[in-house]
Amino acid sequence: MQEFLQQLTNGLAVGGIYALIALGYTMVYGVLKLINFAHGELFALGAYLGFTLLVTLGLSDFMGGVGVVFLLLIFAMGLVAIAGYFLERVAYRPLRQSNRLAAVVSALGASIFFQNAMMLVYGTKALVYPGGILPSVVVSVLGVEIPLIRILIFASSVLLMCLLFWFIHHTRTGAAVRAVSLDQGAARLMGINVNRIISLIFLIGPALGAAAGVMVGLLYGQIRYDMGVGYGLKAFTAAILGGIGNIPGAMAGGILLGVIEALGAAYISIAWKDAIAFFTLILILIFRPTGLLGERVADKV
Amino acid sequence: MPESAYLELRDLRVSHGSVEALRGISLSVNQGEIVALLGANGAGKTTTLSTISGLLRPSAGAILFEGRPLHTLPSHEIVRRGITQAPEGRRIFALLSVRENLELGAFTRRDRAGAAATLDWIFELFPRLRERLNQLAGTLSGGEQQMLSIGRALMGAPKVLLLDEPSLGLAPILARAIFQSVREVNAAGVTVILVEQNARAALQLASRGYVLEVGRIALADSASALLRNPDVQIAYLGNGE
Repeated sequence: MQEFLQQLTNGLAVGGIYALIALGYTMVYGVLKLINFAHGELFALGAYLGFTLLVTLGLSDFMGGVGVVFLLLIFAMGLVAIAGYFLERVAYRPLRQSNRLAAVVSALGASIFFQNAMMLVYGTKALVYPGGILPSVVVSVLGVEIPLIRILIFASSVLLMCLLFWFIHHTRTGAAVRAVSLDQGAARLMGINVNRIISLIFLIGPALGAAAGVMVGLLYGQIRYDMGVGYGLKAFTAAILGGIGNIPGAMAGGILLGVIEALGAAYISIAWKDAIAFFTLILILIFRPTGLLGERVADKV
Repeated sequence: MPESAYLELRDLRVSHGSVEALRGISLSVNQGEIVALLGANGAGKTTTLSTISGLLRPSAGAILFEGRPLHTLPSHEIVRRGITQAPEGRRIFALLSVRENLELGAFTRRDRAGAAATLDWIFELFPRLRERLNQLAGTLSGGEQQMLSIGRALMGAPKVLLLDEPSLGLAPILARAIFQSVREVNAAGVTVILVEQNARAALQLASRGYVLEVGRIALADSASALLRNPDVQIAYLGNGE
């Protein structure tokens, strides 16, 4: 039981990270029916920008503790949001009226562009987040040992998701986002500036991805220019698992995937971690093709 | 120079790809009236309304509203200028609540008190909406969805309301209720352009009507004259002798 709870808490931190990245995929898909293949790279960019602030700009030399984590998140999220905004303006908006395939190819191109840009700037070798940013405290609950960093990561990801949920469900602009994802034409008839909503999605999604990037840097220490591929694929899986286009679905799918992976690694084999994740996806899609919380088909009268 | 009407379409041409859906439509609407657009499927009625709302761009011609060009504005600016639409097929946001649908109708408004007053008025017009306020819009019946679609368009405090087939698929008693509310909306000072397959009901409501045939205006006359017109009677009123 104790072992199980231990693995569960390990999985929650990673699951929170998957969920944050998955939200970017699912929100963009929700409004544009497009898979933003460059999203994994924006996540990696977040990790690198965190590194830049910590090491290149030397933040870790004169500060430590939770305050640093907060600054890292703000810094990376802000800059990656801007990158996301321009990504949409340059790579997707001009192709909005052309066929779906053109946008997909553009997305793949943008992904390669970002990956190569990071490789040029930061090099091909893995970079290391300096240790000791957070005190290596381990909290013990019911005999389960949880490092402070994991608690902080899970709490931050949950906080960000709560903020997003509140924004989407309790603000006028959030309602407009949902309206645009349901019916763009009708949304325009309400006087909603659809382009502005799409820009907003490309600010929010990448910002959440960037937060996840910083978290991975803090949790594992190492970051690489191609880390977006693996995490992107996992988070994309999580988004489909939860029902693509569905925001609570991405949250649930991400956390579930993190937990399943951790449990699978512990009880089956760590080498099978990825296989277990994708096998779960296949299983769920067989029994629920729209994903766990996928849109119940709305009656179109 | 002739004085321009409240809302005026001048030789409007619109294409869907290579198909020209509107082949030079000219019509005018005076402030405070109900104008009916009649015609068979594919005549260009919905295209006309979509173009006024800015969802489609004309390839030639112009739309003037209160003397100023409308056809160059994006759709959200057109709503701001005071033209809203309850589109064909209702297009309510099925997975949002009735309340959220209505609030989205007031998306461009900043006067909260005014929006609250409009909401009260809509509840007077359609008391059913008040009862169903927190329900998902997709769970409403067809008639209620139509009320929501019209109510949502009214939430924008329009000067001109565009209605596309409001009675389509409704039981006669519900259709009559909808027409009655259109009359009340108009009495409150809202100019209405009504596209309707029930030509008789539309002409009984309207002061004037236009008959569209394959992208052109075939007839333009007062509603009473159109009701008496033998061609209209045979083609649209179903009493060919």
